[in-house]
Parts: sequence; structure tokens; C-alpha cells
Amino acid sequence: MVREIHQNSQEPHHKRRILWVLSTTAGCLLAALPVFSNPDDPAQMPNMFKPQSTPAHEIFHLSLFVLAICAVIFVIVFSLLTYSVIKFRRRANDDGREPPPIYGSNQIELAWTVIPVLIVLVLFLATARVIHGIQQAKKPAEATEVIAIGHQFWWEFRYPALGVVTANELHVPVSNTSHPTPTFITLLSADTDHSFWVPRLAGKTDLIPNRENHMWIDPDQPGIFIGQCAQYCGTQHAKMLLRVYVDSQDDFKKWVLEQSKPAQLSESAKEGRRIFETTACINCHAVSGTVADGRFGPDLTHLMSRDTIASGAATNTPENLRLWIHDPETIKPGSLMPAMNLKQQDLDAVTAYLETLR
Amino acid sequence: MASEKIVLTGVHDETQPIGTVLHGWVTTVDHKKLGILYILYALIFLVIGGIEATIMRIQLITPHNHFVSPHVFNRMFTMHGTTMIFFVAMPILFGFGNYLIPLMIGARDMAFPRLNAWSFWLTAFGGLLLYFSFIGGNGLYGAGTAPDVGWFAYAPLTATAFSIGHSTDFWTLGLLVSGFGSIGTAINILATIVCLRCPGMTLGKMPLLVWLNLVMAAMVLLAISPLTAAQMMLSLDRFLGAHFFDTLAGGSAVMWMHFFWIFGHPEVYVLVIPAFAFASEIIPVFSRKPIFGYPVMVAATICIGFVGFSVWAHHMFTVGMNSYANSFFTITTMAIGVPTGIKIFNWIGTMWGGKIIFKTPMLFCIAFLFQFLIAGLTGIMLSAAPFDWQLGNSYFVVAHFHYVIVGGILFTLFGAFYYWFPKMSGRMYNETLGKLHFWLFLIGFHLTFDFMHIPGLLGMPRRIYTYEPGRGRYLENLICTIGVFFQIAGTSVFVGNLLWSYRKGKAAGNDPWDAWTLEWSTSSPPVEYNFARIPVVKSRRPLWDIKHPEDPDWKYE
Amino acid sequence: MSTILSTPASMEQPWVLPSRGRVGMFFLIAAELAIFTIFVVAYLFYIGKSLTGPLPKDVLELPIFASICLLSSSLTIHAAVGALRKVKVGAFSMWWFATMVLGLIFLGETAREWYHLIFDKGLTISTNLFGTTYYSLVGLHAFHVTVGLICIAIAMVLAILGKVKQEHGERAEVFSLYWHFVDGVWIVVFTVVYVIGR
Repeated sequence: MVREIHQNSQEPHHKRRILWVLSTTAGCLLAALPVFSNPDDPAQMPNMFKPQSTPAHEIFHLSLFVLAICAVIFVIVFSLLTYSVIKFRRRANDDGREPPPIYGSNQIELAWTVIPVLIVLVLFLATARVIHGIQQAKKPAEATEVIAIGHQFWWEFRYPALGVVTANELHVPVSNTSHPTPTFITLLSADTDHSFWVPRLAGKTDLIPNRENHMWIDPDQPGIFIGQCAQYCGTQHAKMLLRVYVDSQDDFKKWVLEQSKPAQLSESAKEGRRIFETTACINCHAVSGTVADGRFGPDLTHLMSRDTIASGAATNTPENLRLWIHDPETIKPGSLMPAMNLKQQDLDAVTAYLETLR
Repeated sequence: MASEKIVLTGVHDETQPIGTVLHGWVTTVDHKKLGILYILYALIFLVIGGIEATIMRIQLITPHNHFVSPHVFNRMFTMHGTTMIFFVAMPILFGFGNYLIPLMIGARDMAFPRLNAWSFWLTAFGGLLLYFSFIGGNGLYGAGTAPDVGWFAYAPLTATAFSIGHSTDFWTLGLLVSGFGSIGTAINILATIVCLRCPGMTLGKMPLLVWLNLVMAAMVLLAISPLTAAQMMLSLDRFLGAHFFDTLAGGSAVMWMHFFWIFGHPEVYVLVIPAFAFASEIIPVFSRKPIFGYPVMVAATICIGFVGFSVWAHHMFTVGMNSYANSFFTITTMAIGVPTGIKIFNWIGTMWGGKIIFKTPMLFCIAFLFQFLIAGLTGIMLSAAPFDWQLGNSYFVVAHFHYVIVGGILFTLFGAFYYWFPKMSGRMYNETLGKLHFWLFLIGFHLTFDFMHIPGLLGMPRRIYTYEPGRGRYLENLICTIGVFFQIAGTSVFVGNLLWSYRKGKAAGNDPWDAWTLEWSTSSPPVEYNFARIPVVKSRRPLWDIKHPEDPDWKYE
Repeated sequence: MSTILSTPASMEQPWVLPSRGRVGMFFLIAAELAIFTIFVVAYLFYIGKSLTGPLPKDVLELPIFASICLLSSSLTIHAAVGALRKVKVGAFSMWWFATMVLGLIFLGETAREWYHLIFDKGLTISTNLFGTTYYSLVGLHAFHVTVGLICIAIAMVLAILGKVKQEHGERAEVFSLYWHFVDGVWIVVFTVVYVIGR
């Protein structure tokens, strides 16, 4: 039997391997820094490791526990692997004899079965506790109730008890531990599957047609929390963005008051309103207090109270609004908003009208 | 000394015209030729799937990029996933199984050679049907669209209301057709292993590759069938107005998910178990020791086979199942980590005390061990349902499963290529180029898939054609894309090596690795009838017994 | 380098493994069972969930006669295979023919039932969830019966042409496993659709 003897290729191999392992680990750690530091604006980082609401807190603590156990397992097995690959390599001065064949060992097999089973049990118990804690939380009387309806490619939010209908930007009151005012969200869908994901506030829950799902959040700090749809729902899934505005109790009350009023119609925008109400716009859009009551697209009654349009795809400026009506494909190609093909002056008038809907 | 051979005059005439040669390949029922056809077919689709991935990664290299439109991107991820699973991974693993199983059990061919050929051509046709969608997807009008519903095609996105034209139908029918091919191959593998083993080869003496393919084939039978059923239902919905997944008529979108994942999860074990098989053959030979704990390895695999059918809804943790269901699937998923971990320990036990030879097949298998460890651990993270509520459907999941499929399965596949290439072609590959391929691909793999975990942790969902700037994902996405080019380089070296070595490589001889299973007793490549005389075996390493008659395995097993 | 394998030493016991035809059919049946299971699960899940009528209890009648025919065909095919093993080719042809007739009666009854449901009761596959699951499950089974009958017909023709011999007994038995499977599935479908679902 001819057998090749490796000359000097053994030593450089494993040394290079160690170097590679170390440098990759270092690289990974460096790249992981953004997770734990925030060079960007913190509000713009949907970072699950900076929770700001109880479900997200619970998940964060569980995740640390799971990561710790996985890290320990990794270190042990990684070391065993590295050790065996280095220690039991065939040396250059090998005598060509086969090493003693070991077929197995019942005790060792038992050991490395029992220990993982125990680890699994511990992990499972910790996990089950969090599952039940989040999914079986009771809704207190002071909870704010929201119905979120997923559409291709925008979010409809209704507050049935407060008489508010809005879109894409969800306002909720801040909650504190002594007097909790969580927000309980019922999740429905008007078309395909979607998923509500704002990592700093909670894990994601899907919106599925013909099915009612539930989730809750109780953010403990005011601020803006961003997220986006997390279940592929069609062409513009990527731009079905989500913003949750956590307001102080007073700000929230003010917001509700404003939102529940009908549209404040202005004389200056009469022409735009006329065009709006006699074109296909009202097939999809609603402006409360007018004849427009379409429900396929977002409610526009208080369009100007929102920071973004097209479910976060563009900031809410007159130029963007005009462009959106004229040619939505430039902002969000594949969205279900049609290009309205209005004449220039009609377009200006409609935009001006919409600009008055505060 | 030549191996025993019955000389058949006129059979191996070297100067046949190309037409006859091609005809021979198209009409073959020989398991070795069909195995090679499967492998070549899969390699072509590997390149195509890789191009689709490259297009996606270029689009994602910076936020708000305009390399491709969202429509094209959505088709890319759908086709990439579908291609890689159904037209790369499954055919290539069936190909190796087809080639090796009869040789390893001392048989002359598979149990049903014509079924074998039928299964291959059906699978091949399914792939062509799927890819025809690029030109025929919208019916007679439209420039043609490939399906863009994601490789798991959730309802009701696949309903006629949301998926106009026929792009989804190409997905459904292409997979339905190739699914029948897969069932045919699975039946063949099972019947071959149960009925055609050579004398003396009891179930406890089969090579581990054969055992693992047995479990894999049984899983295919029970896993592909739910997908077939679900696709029939989807087709009934789309063509005959049925309401299986029609939510407006009271149908359930979640039911599609259940049926799909009852297929989808065992499917990933179908893919990974043959990868384990390759590792279980290569690691012992290059450590110069028998596999540590053969019975436990078999038991662990059977365990994985059974438990693998009880974990499917961990893909559905975010769907709104109640806490008891979520807890059940959490524990079953964690539990399946136990037999999988046992296998890793047994491979370490095989290397322990051995004399490891760092040839290319072994390099790939060693990398597999490290990478599969990490993949398994990220899987454990995902198995904790609340953690999955954050990580699910994000790039963390994408990183996890690519770690398994590329870091685990593809690496052992490369190892298998290098290990059995001498047997299949009769020539040795170039070892330096093999090592170059390894290092390039290793770097590329880690650049892409290590860093891909981070955007997932930072809230980046999957299947998005672009992402918002300022959310902390820019650098990692850039690095992921750079890694792709290293992988392309490595794969090119691989293909070049195979092509060059096939023509100019050194003659390999029967047994270049000094291995111990029956395929190494045949010539390289084996003659059409495999064995002049059906061998009789007494242990798990029949060639060890012959080479070491003073110390045969059957005394100790 | 090469290795010469040892010439076969004499084995203590004869090396006998199961026949591949039977094993192959067994695994095919396993796969088919899995497909049927999914359709049965869908049927059971959707019981009572149709948003509109007609409902099962309004339109379904127990297909007793058809079921007796189909289940008896299992007995006749068993007799046919037994006859062929004993080289009674004439008896084989007779029992085989009986199987075919019974199977055809079953299909005919199914066709009659469907005609009645579609044209008299207005139930189609797209009417409601009941229609969808009913036609797909019963239809899938009927499709398997049809495929079986085609195979039986081909064998019938060969038998009439005198080409069926005793050595084909193994193949006939393997096919009869398939036929028994089809009958077994009917028992499940009958229970689910006509007993539980109503």
C-alpha cells in the first residue's frame, strides 16, 4: 500500500488555522459592537438588546441566559475539537502503523447524553416560564385597546373605545410599573400574512387573515420606536415600515382628542377637495366628515399629523406627497397606490388640500 | 495486481461516436451513471442558484440600492431557495447515494434500475419546468415571471387574487413533479438497502453512510408526501376554485403553514443526514480509526428521524399558537439537539487518539464540525420560542440555516467530492488546488454568514429588497456581500480542479485513501457490474479485515 | 493498488432477504398513506367550518352498496392470487375479472353520486369548504381506484391472451397489496366523510 507522507505541511496548517480562528473571532466581536453601543441615533436602531417594554425585557433576559449556556457549550466543544485536531494530527515522523482502534465506550456515551438532556430541561423550564408570562398576561382595565389591521403594504390602526382611525404610526401612552397602562393590540389582516415587529417593545406576532392574534406592550419611556413588517407579504414588504410613538399620558390624551375630531376643512383648499372627492381617490381613502369613506387605503383625515407617508417609505413633505400621488412607483414600486394621472394644476390643488388635513 | 474482472469484449470500446455515448447516458439505468447525472445536474443548478444569491447580495450591499427592482429581487430569493433545496441539495445527495449505496453493500445495482432512471428524469424535468417560468410565467402575455412567493409559498399570497398569472403554478407543478421523482428514489434506496445487501452484511454491519441514507429515505417518503398533498390542494384552489387556503371562504392560511412545515422540517434532516453520512465515512479514514460508537450513531440518527417529525411548528412560533403549543415545540426542538450533539461528540471521539491526515476531504469535514457546532447552537437559540419571537423571520434565521446548509452540508459535500472523485473518475484531483478551494471558500463562508447574524439581531427582517439607512446594518451587509466573491472564487477553483483532473489527473488506483468499505475494492471507476463476485463480509470494515488478517475487526465488534 | 476480495466462505445459514417487490410496494403504500393523511386532516379540520351550505347532512347518503362491492373486491383479488399460486390460471382469471367488475361498480356508483351532488344539490369543489374537502378526498381515492383498475385491466387482457403463468404470482401478489391498501383507505374515508363528518 503506497502511502504519502506529509513533509512539512502539518505544522503550518494548524498554526494558520489557529490564527484564522482567532482573527475571525476578533472580527466577529468587533462587528458585534454596534449591537451593544449606539453610534447612530438610538431611536433608529431596532435593537432587541435595548428593551423598553416588559415583553421585550423578558425576552432580553431569557436571551442572555440562552446565550450564556450556548457560549459555555461552544467553548467546551470548540476546545475539544481544536485540541483533538492539533494533538492527534499525524506527525511528519510517523511510523505508518495504524493507531489502536477504539470502537466506543458506553460510559462516555451515557455521560454525553445525560448532560445535554439536563441542559435541555433547564433551558426549557426557563423558556416555558417566559412563554406563559407573555402569552397569558391579563389585560387590566386601564389598558389601551388597539386593533391593527395589516394591508399590502401599510398598517391600519383603530382605537375602538376612543373612536380613532389612523395609519402607519401607532401612538400609545407610556406605562409605568406602579400604575400600568399597557396597550393590548388585536392583530388582523385584510389580505395576506404580515407580522408586527418593533424589537425594542416586543417580539413579533403575525397578522393572518381569518385569524385573530393578540399581543401587548407597556413601554416605560416616551420616544419613537421603529420596526417593520416581518412576514413576506408581496412586492413592497420591505417598505411596510412601522413607527410606534410612545407619548406621555398628557400627550397621548391630546393626540386622541385631535385624532377623533373630523377633518378641519379649509376654504383655501376647496378646489383640491372637489377634485379629491370627484376622482377615484375616495374609492380607497377616507376623510371623516366628508363623502370620502374608502377603506382600502389609509385614512387621511389627519394625514398631516404623521411624520411619514407610504408607511414610512418617505417623509411627509409637500414634495413627497405630490410625488406620491403623481407617481408612487418612484417611491415604492409595486405598492397598490395607483398613479393618479392628474393634470399638474389638479395635482397641486389636491396636494394643497391634503396639506390642510391636520 | 488487477482486481478480479470478467472481461466482456466490445463493451468498453473507447472509440464510440459521441451520439452513441450520449444515447448511452440518456437511456442508462446504471446506478453509477444516474448518480453522476444527478450530481452534474445539481452542479449546474448550484451555479444558477449562486448567481441568484449574488444578485441579491449586490442589491443589499448598501441601503436603498437600485441594482434590481423589488419584483426581480423577490423572484431571486424565491428561486434561489427553491433551486438550492430541490434542484441542488436533494439531487446531489440522491446522486451520491445512488452511486455509493450499491457499491457499499456489495450489490450490482439498485433494486429498481428503471425506477431509478424514471425518478432522475422526473426530477430533472421538474427543474426545467420551474425555470421555464422565467419565460412562460405570465401566460401568453407579459415577459414571463418566475415565482416570487418565497420558497415556502405561504397562503394566501399564493392565491390567484394575490399571485396573478402562472408564476406560482410553475412553482407548484415543478416541485410536484420532482417530488414524485424523490419518492421514487426513496423507495429505491429503501428497497435496495433492505433487499440487496451482500451475504454477511446484517443491518449492524452496514457502513454508516448506508444506515443514514436508509433513515433519510424513510424520512423522504413521509415528508415529501405532505408537500405533495399541500401542492395538490393549492393547485385545486388556483385552478378549480377550491377553498383549502382561501381565507375569505373560511379557509385557513395557517393550515398551509402546518402542511408545509410538516414537510419542511423533516426535509432539512433529509438534507443534513447524508451530510452526516459523508462525515462518518471520511473522518474515520483520515483519522485512521473506526467510527467511535457505531451503534450510538445509528440510534441517534433514528432518533433524529423520529423526533424530526415532531418539531415542525418551531417555524411558526410567531403565528399566534397558544402557550402550550409553543412550549411543546420548544421542548421537542431542544430535544433534537441531544442526538445531534451526540453525533458531534462521536466524531470527536473518532479523531481522538487517531492520526489525522489533513487532506482536502478531511479539511472540509473538520470545518464542518466547527461550523455545525455553531449552527446547532444558533438553532438552540431559535428553539426558545420567545427568543424566536425576536429572531424569527430575520437575518438571524437566514444566517442560521445557511450555516447548516452551506457550512454543514455543502462543506461535507465538497469533502465527499474530493474523497470519491478518484473512485468515480479513476484519477486523483490536484491536492494544492483542493486546499486553495478550501481556504477561499472558508474565508468567504465566514465573511458572509458570520456577519449575517448581526443584522438579524438588529431588527432586519428577511426577504426585503432593501433596508433603511441608519438602522445599524450597513457594514455587516457590505461584508456579507464581499464574502460572496471569495465563495465564487473558491467554487471556480473547485470546478476547474475537477475538470482538469478528470483529463490530466494521476491515475488513482482502486484504493487511494487506504479505506475500508467495499467500494474501494472495485476498480476506479468501477466496471458496470460492480463486483465480479458478490462479496461476503464479516465486519463493518471488510477491507480492514483483508488488509489486517492478523487483527480483523470482526473479533472485536 | 487493489484489494482482492476473499472468495465466498460458506455461510452458516442461507442469506435470505425480503423480496424487493413486496418491500418496494410497502414503502410506496407508506408514502401514499402520508398523502391521504394530509387530506383527511384537512377534511377533519374543516368539518363545520363552511360559511355557506349545502352541508354534509343535507346531501350525503351512505354509499353502502359501493362500499360492499369495493371491500369484497379485496376478497376476490386475494382468491385470484391464491389461485395463481396453485397454477389454476382459469380460476385466477375468473376471480381477477370479478375484482375488476366490483371495482368498476364502485367507480360507477361514485360517478352517480357525484352527478347527483353536482346537478341536483349544487355542490361543487368550489361551493364551500365541505365541497372542497369532499371532492378532493373522495376524488383522490377514486383516482387511486382508477389507476388500480387500469393495471387490473392490463393484467386481464394478458390473462385472456394466455400469457399469465404461475411465475407471475409474485407480481400479482405485490399488486394485490396496492389494491388492499386502496380498500383500506376507503374504510378510513368512509368513516371520516360519511360517519364523522355528517
